Formats: sequence, structure tokens, C-alpha cells
Amino acid sequence: MIKPELKDFLQSEETKIIKGNVAAAYAAKSARVQVISAYPITPQTTVVEKLSEFVDGGLMPGTQYIKVESEHSVLASLVGASMAGTRTFTATSGQGLFYMYEMVHWTAGVRLPIVMAIASRGPAPPWNIWADFTDVISCRDTGWMSAFCANHQEIYDEILMSYKVCEDYDVLLPKFVAYGGFILSHTSKPVIIEDQDKVDNFLPPLPDEKGWPHIWIDPNRPLMHGNLIMPSGFYSEFRMIIHDALIKSQEKIKAVAKEFEKTFGRSYGNGLIQEYKMDDADVAMLNYGDLALQMEEAVDAVRDEGYKVGMVKLRHFRPFPVKDIVEISKKVKVLGVMDRATAFGSQTGGPVSSEVKTALHGTKGTAMVFPMINGIGGREVTLEQQKEQLKILIKINETGELPEDLLYGTLWHGKLEVD
Amino acid sequence: MASLKKVMEDEIACKEWFLPGNACCAGCGLEVALRWAMKALGPEVAMVTPASCLNVVIGLWPKTAPDFPQFNMAFAAGAAVATGFDAAFKAKAHKFPGKGWDKMTSICFAGDGGTTDIGIQGLSGAAERNSDIIYVCYDNEAYMNTGIQRSSSTPHGAVTTTTTFGKERYKKNLPAIMRAHDIPYVATCSISEPLDIYEKFKKAKSIRGTKYIHILAPCAPGWGFPSEDTIEIARMAVKTGFWILYEVENGVLTLSKKSKTLLDPSKRVPIIEYVANQKRFAGISEKTLIELQEQIDQDWENISKEIFCQQEYSK
Repeated sequence: MIKPELKDFLQSEETKIIKGNVAAAYAAKSARVQVISAYPITPQTTVVEKLSEFVDGGLMPGTQYIKVESEHSVLASLVGASMAGTRTFTATSGQGLFYMYEMVHWTAGVRLPIVMAIASRGPAPPWNIWADFTDVISCRDTGWMSAFCANHQEIYDEILMSYKVCEDYDVLLPKFVAYGGFILSHTSKPVIIEDQDKVDNFLPPLPDEKGWPHIWIDPNRPLMHGNLIMPSGFYSEFRMIIHDALIKSQEKIKAVAKEFEKTFGRSYGNGLIQEYKMDDADVAMLNYGDLALQMEEAVDAVRDEGYKVGMVKLRHFRPFPVKDIVEISKKVKVLGVMDRATAFGSQTGGPVSSEVKTALHGTKGTAMVFPMINGIGGREVTLEQQKEQLKILIKINETGELPEDLLYGTLWHGKLEVD
Repeated sequence: MASLKKVMEDEIACKEWFLPGNACCAGCGLEVALRWAMKALGPEVAMVTPASCLNVVIGLWPKTAPDFPQFNMAFAAGAAVATGFDAAFKAKAHKFPGKGWDKMTSICFAGDGGTTDIGIQGLSGAAERNSDIIYVCYDNEAYMNTGIQRSSSTPHGAVTTTTTFGKERYKKNLPAIMRAHDIPYVATCSISEPLDIYEKFKKAKSIRGTKYIHILAPCAPGWGFPSEDTIEIARMAVKTGFWILYEVENGVLTLSKKSKTLLDPSKRVPIIEYVANQKRFAGISEKTLIELQEQIDQDWENISKEIFCQQEYSK
């Protein structure tokens, strides 16, 4: 039986049953982006196809859509377009992001508020096109913000919130909005596409004729950017300012999430993390992306068996919410950190585990961190497996013993049996 | 060709847009190319410069010589960034009509490495899309900024720091490759003919779509000649027929004034007159020299045939 509130939701005019990729395209349209540049890659393709439909169909008047010959040119052309003072958008996946890497650094160096959707996929070889966040996470040190989405609606919502954060004059940095390839990109769910006036009021206005406050293209105010700078010049200080802006963006992300909730009625925790049944939890799992959403069910099921478990959904990898992580770590005795990404050579677990361990280093009264990895290259993670994962944490808490079969202190959960 | 008198009447051309006090080497060919291109274009441009000498000669931060919007960029990104500028101007022209955004010229000013090697994919992409940009290759025939390493544009026989005994392969004919993209305008220039540069950029500015201009810009330290001889070396490249000046408008090739007479092989100065004054060819063998001359004669043979066909067809 359909719940009455769900029925209303499904029948409302602005609700569409769409793929995650299409939700990303709708978000770009709602944000009135002025320049799109894209190159097709699985599983991002339906984003660029839908945008093509919008632009060719006259639904995005004035928007320029550049269909380039490679991902390197995708981001290069958006750097050009954004420098000239326009709101820009693109989307890619795995290998495409790797091919862009040079320009990924450049974008943050120019402090351009470009938003990029990432339908995340596992790095090759062997070829893999399924959910794995190693792509976006390997851009950790580029100066980009990065967000994970857990469901279709969040893709739409997060892209809107991202423009508001990125274009804030105290932030002025680009942002990835990542979601699991195929799991979210190619499945369909109801998504509310908000009223255009409401979105216009929520978002900052498009850049005026003068462009951004720090960079512009205007013959009357000729500007040069990116000259060679000697080590004795301000290079180091420019980098410090980017670092500072990225860390301070936490406050802006929180403020925007709050305002988003007030305007549109959908809550994303404090913007950086979202807690689930953490108040009385003894042990908890930190998770991100679609698996975090599924784990809510696992938490409920394990709680039904009488265990006090909780879950924390990490919404942002950069900026990394150190303060929030310390706070939630004080609530539980064991904190499992579940990565759907690899960090070769790390002896502190996956990339997020390593961040959590670093965040907690030297703190008192915080949980023991147990690093876990699952779902690599789109490997299915079932509800049963997630219940098992939570029970491993419970066992560690009860017995103080770690499971056997760890790989350098990390449990790779759900791996195939090999003779 | 434009007369000097005509250029002097052009207020924009009389002004310098690439200012003195820049960091060019003495006798830099690139400087002449950029100065004269900008005299034709004026300041309503957005110029992107992928990695090349130009990133340095514009001045070390915070000094800057261009008196127009100019942006440094990564090596392979030139054509795409110029395309991005153009897209932004079109979007701005839509949002702010009548404010002149539709009059902006997006231009990429790249070296031969950034064009014929690492940048060729982006350039080919832009040309295939017919992006509304001017792409300029200033050709000093090697990676001069990094210390004279060979590029695909280095000529046969030339010594660089990575072709110790002279380059075995021939210079990549990029203007021909750009012609094959069926873009509205392709032209070659030499810095010895500034009025020709002026005229060709004026024309390029008036055409919609991708315009490709390839300028031979000798490099005194890289080629090994006295810095006061730059113009003379560039002139000799034209006189020998090694560097052919022409333009291709909508597929139709026209030889420019200084090259037109060279259709007659007897009018061409032998290649030895060109290579003799450059240290990079100091150890050139007789065999290589003959091969170079044969290549030049072959190029001219091809052009002669094309022009003959044009004339036959128009009858």
C-alpha cells in the first residue's frame, strides 16, 4: 500500500520519475547555467544527452553547449567560460576525470565556481564502469570541494546547493557532486524539480556584466592571469588562501543546507554530515553515497534485534568535517568507517578511514576507528551484508577482539572466496 | 597587401598593445608576430596562451606587457579555452544585448609545440566544431622555452638539444592539416612581412568560424644567429621558398605577394643561403641539404598544380 504522503508526492506536478543523471541535468537547468561543455563517458552519458535535449529544445535560452573532443578540453573550455564571468556545468566519470586532472588543479587555482557532476566509476584496468568513489577521491588535494549523494533527489538538491556555496565570495572554489555510477545514475526514482522562481530566489543571481570579483575578461579593464611567479613571490600565500577558503567553506555549506531546508523542506543534516539514530548508539558506521542510505535500513534491522547501532552519512569529503567527526566519535565506542574507494599503500584503511583517523589523532574520549572497504568496482553490497558489517562492530565493542583476515588492519568485506 | 599608409591611418594599429619592457630575448621573432597581430585586432580580445615562450616574455609576476585581456594556460588547453571564451561571450551577448559582447574576438596564441604536438587534439576539435576563434601558431621550430628541444615543427636537418645530429624527420605541415578540417580561413605569415600579418589578421577578425594563422618566428638563441638578423632570416625563409606565404579562404588557396613570384623555380634562392647563417644547420650534410631542397621543390610542385587546377576550373 502506498502511504498517503507518498501518494501526494508522486502525484504532484513537479515530481518526475527520473534517472539520477537526468536529475543532475534538471539541476543544471534549474540553476540556469550559461555554458555547458561535455564529452560522453559511461555512466555519465545520460546527463549530457538530457542537457542536449534541453538546449536543442530551446528550454535553456542563451545557454551555450560546447561538445568537445576530450575531457581535458571539457574543463579547459569551462575554465575559459567561467573566467569570462558565466555560470558553468559539466559531468563526467572515472577515466574522464583522470584525463581532466591537469585542469582540475587549474580550476581551483583560478578560484572558479564550476560545478561538476560525477557519476563515479572504478578506475581501469581492468575496465570497470560501476560505482566506486576512487575517481573523485583521488582529486583530494586539488582545492575542489567534493560531495557525495545518497539518492536521486539529493543529486538535484546538492547541485543547487553547490552553486550557492561555490559562488560565495568567501569561497569561490569549484565542486564535485558525486554519486554511484549505475546505482543512482541509471535507476529511476521520483525527484521533485523545484519551481523556477523558488530556485531563482534561492540561488545567487547569475554573474553581472562585470563577472566575478577576482577575475574577468573586459577590454576596458585588461587583466592578465597566471604569469610565472618566482618562489620569492606570493605563490605560497596564494596557496594558503585557497587552503583557508576550502576549510572555511564548511560554515557556508552548513548555512546553505539550513537555508535549503527552510526553502524547500528537505534536510541534509548539517550539510557536512547526517546522523542516523546516533543519540543512544554504542557503535556506529560512517558511510557515504547510496550505501549510506541503504544502511539506514540495516541499522533499523539490527536495532530490532536489540543492539544500539547508529550510522553517520558523510556528505562532504572536502572540506573534511573534522569537528563534526570528533563530536560523533565521542558518542560511540567503536566507529566503523566504510569506504567504497581504495587508497593503495595506505595502512590506515581506505581514503575516508585515513581522514577519520587523522581527525581523531590526539583526541580524548573518542571512538576506536575500524576501517572497512566494500562495494569496490560496483560489487553489490546487500542489506544482509550491511547488517553483518554492523554486527562486526558490535562484536568488537563487546569482546575487544578484531576480526581475523584483515589486510593491513582493514577489513575488505564481501570479497570472493579464492582457493 | 596593406600599405603602410593605410596602417598609419588606423588609430588602433598606431598604438602598441604589447608594451615595451617585456621579457623577450633580443631579436625575438615572437614579439613582432604578437605586436602586429594585436595592431590588427585591437584590444577587444580575450587571448589565451598555452605553455610557451609567451608565458614568460609577457613578464614575470607582477609585471605584465599585454595591454589587453591575456591568460596563461596549460599546454594542451589553448584551443579549448579560446572556445570557452567564445561561448561565454555568446552567453553574455544573450544576457546583456547591445553591450558589445558579440564583438569580442577569442584568440589562442600558441607556440609550435603547443600547436603541432601536445595541443593538436584540442585544436583539431575546435576546428571540427568550427569554434569562432582565431588560433595562432607562432612557429620558432622547437621547444625554445624549455631549452631548444625538437618539436614536430622542427625542420629536417636542424640540430636541437634532442636531435644531436640534426632531425631526421621533416617539419609537420600543420597549415595543410588545418586546411583538411575545412575551416573558413587558413593563412601563413612570416614576421619579415608585418603588413601581411596585419592584413591577414584583419581578415580573420571579420570571418566567423575557426581561423588558423601560422607565423614563422625565428629564434636567435635557438637557431643560432645574431639577434639583429631575425628579420633577415625570416625574409630568407620566404625567399628560398622554404616558408610559403599564402591564405586559404573557404578552400581556395591564394599565394601572398612575396611568395607569388616563387612559382617560377628560378626565382627561388637556393636553400643553402637560408641554412648557411644558422648554427642549428652548421653540421648539415650535403645529402640532408639536397633532401631539404627536394622537399621545398616538391611543396612548390604541389602548390603549382593546385593553382593550375584552379585556373583551369575557372575557365
